[in-house]
Amino acid sequence: MTDIVTIKDLRKAYKGGFEALKGVNLGIRSGEILALLGPNGAGKTTLISTICGITTATSGTVSVGGHDIVRDFRAARKMIGLVPQEINLEPFERVINTVRFSRGLFGKSSDDAAIEKVLRQLSLWDKKDAQIRELSGGMKRRVLIAKALAHDPRVLFLDEPTAGVDVELRKDMWKVVAGLKAEGVTIILTTHYIEEAEAIADRVGIIAGGELLLVEDKDKLMQRMGQKELEVQLTAKIDTVPDSLQSDALRLSDDGMALIYTYDTRAERTGITKLLSEVAAAGLTLRDVVTRQSSLEDIFVNFVKEDAA
Amino acid sequence: MNWTAIRSIYIFEMFRFFRTIAQSFLAPVISTSLYFVVFGAAIGSRIQEVEGISYGAFIVPGLIMLTVITQSISNASFGIYFPKFIGTFFELLSAPISFIEIVIGYVGAAATKALIIGLIILVTAFFFVDISIAHPFAMLLFLVLTTISFSLFGFILGIWAGNFEQLQIIPLLLITPLIFLGGSFYSISMLPPVWQSISMFNPVVYLISGFRWAFFDTADVPVFTSLLAICLFTAACLTVIWWIFRTGWRIRQ
Ligand SMILES: Nc1ncnc2c1ncn2[C@@H]1O[C@H](COP(=O)(O)OP(=O)(O)O)[C@@H](O)[C@H]1O
Ligand SMILES: [Mg+2]
Repeated sequence: MTDIVTIKDLRKAYKGGFEALKGVNLGIRSGEILALLGPNGAGKTTLISTICGITTATSGTVSVGGHDIVRDFRAARKMIGLVPQEINLEPFERVINTVRFSRGLFGKSSDDAAIEKVLRQLSLWDKKDAQIRELSGGMKRRVLIAKALAHDPRVLFLDEPTAGVDVELRKDMWKVVAGLKAEGVTIILTTHYIEEAEAIADRVGIIAGGELLLVEDKDKLMQRMGQKELEVQLTAKIDTVPDSLQSDALRLSDDGMALIYTYDTRAERTGITKLLSEVAAAGLTLRDVVTRQSSLEDIFVNFVKEDAA
Repeated sequence: MNWTAIRSIYIFEMFRFFRTIAQSFLAPVISTSLYFVVFGAAIGSRIQEVEGISYGAFIVPGLIMLTVITQSISNASFGIYFPKFIGTFFELLSAPISFIEIVIGYVGAAATKALIIGLIILVTAFFFVDISIAHPFAMLLFLVLTTISFSLFGFILGIWAGNFEQLQIIPLLLITPLIFLGGSFYSISMLPPVWQSISMFNPVVYLISGFRWAFFDTADVPVFTSLLAICLFTAACLTVIWWIFRTGWRIRQ
């Protein structure tokens, strides 16, 4: 697949000298959903803002569809849609007018059919004449997306689209994103909800402290970094892990009814056989055995911890 | 140049204006009518003619200038400050347009609104006093130049302002006194010599004088000096705007 966005050694120091981006290199593939995962203050918004022209880079280059975002900013920006993190809308404006305004601002001629399509796509058509202030938070976010899509961008940046949104709406949003991907739109979304990246991303980038720590296919990432947990459920409650079983990989569940063993699927020897025989030798009786794949969240937490260390 | 974008900004801003039409039009019309009643009819009847013109008519150009200048500044400064305040400014920055298009769109809309209001007041004036316009084209030219230059000034103000207080402080402390002391309600020649000399440092004097010349063919300063003054002021505003554009001052981080 070809890259539609190419970021080379991008640095951003804010006034006062704080370095929010410390040399980011990234290629974004055409048609993919890339989730940028990182804690607050990681530099996600700064990265997006710099690509979209809201802040200027200190050094480095970005090109979108082969157009440099500085030298050829008009062509580059025509390809980009941006849904900002904050809900910034004029309260007294009508939905359809703000969407029409966005389309015009990006140089596209007024086209009622195109506007209708976008509004329908986001289930906003019945609300087209409503004033923004009459809408719920979730609807407002849809208006922001409609505005960003009004000029048919090829690349859509969604900055924390589901922050502070309830579960129902979040799933709704994921559907919208999946629909856009089906139309061939490349989507970059930032989030600090790991389940979001896990649910919809093709690739995941982890960003912390202004550095892109890794970018990888979501499935591979989970496999490569994946740790599994083996839960050995007991028939009787115990207070401590028997001395003969003591190890870093083993801990007691909160209710004392199970032993939890963490192991690496990549390792040549997982140690499961040894563990089970030792459990039997310690005189414990097994009720059941369950395994669990660790989530992206665990991976992420591990990663940031390792990085900080 | 992205003319579609300029048109969008212009139309969007004009819509905002027409949505609050009562407020936008009525307020200046009512307040000017009050000026006519108070100064023209009540007090004016006790004031002798100024330079051969009845006082009620004499103040018409000054009153129009007062409103047009104030409206240009407030329209343009508010127009560009508002998106910064509510956070929709990001859209302008991320659009495939340069600062030039933003300036043309916002300043164009602000100037148009001020011009409409100026013309409405002119029409209102005809109901209260007897006036004829000696140089209609020059009158229009002055009006248009004034709306554009002061809308540019207002635009700069709106970019600079960090809060609503700052947005209002400059018009309140600087512009309004300059207009009132700029001969809106009197002829500079009525002042003692010292104050006449001091008044020559007030740029608004040149504007009002030129505008009054267009009505009555009499002026405090030569009309070309007036024209030169307004062109210089426009050039100064454009220079500042060009500098803002180059440096991204208060716009891009
Ligand atoms: N305008 C600014 N001026 C100075 N520092 C800023 C500015 N905006 C963001 N920062 C800093 O840059 C870092 C990254 O911020 P941001 O990109 O918003 O992170 P994220 O979106 O990942 O939460 C933070 O430490 C933040 O405090
Ligand atoms: Mg952010």
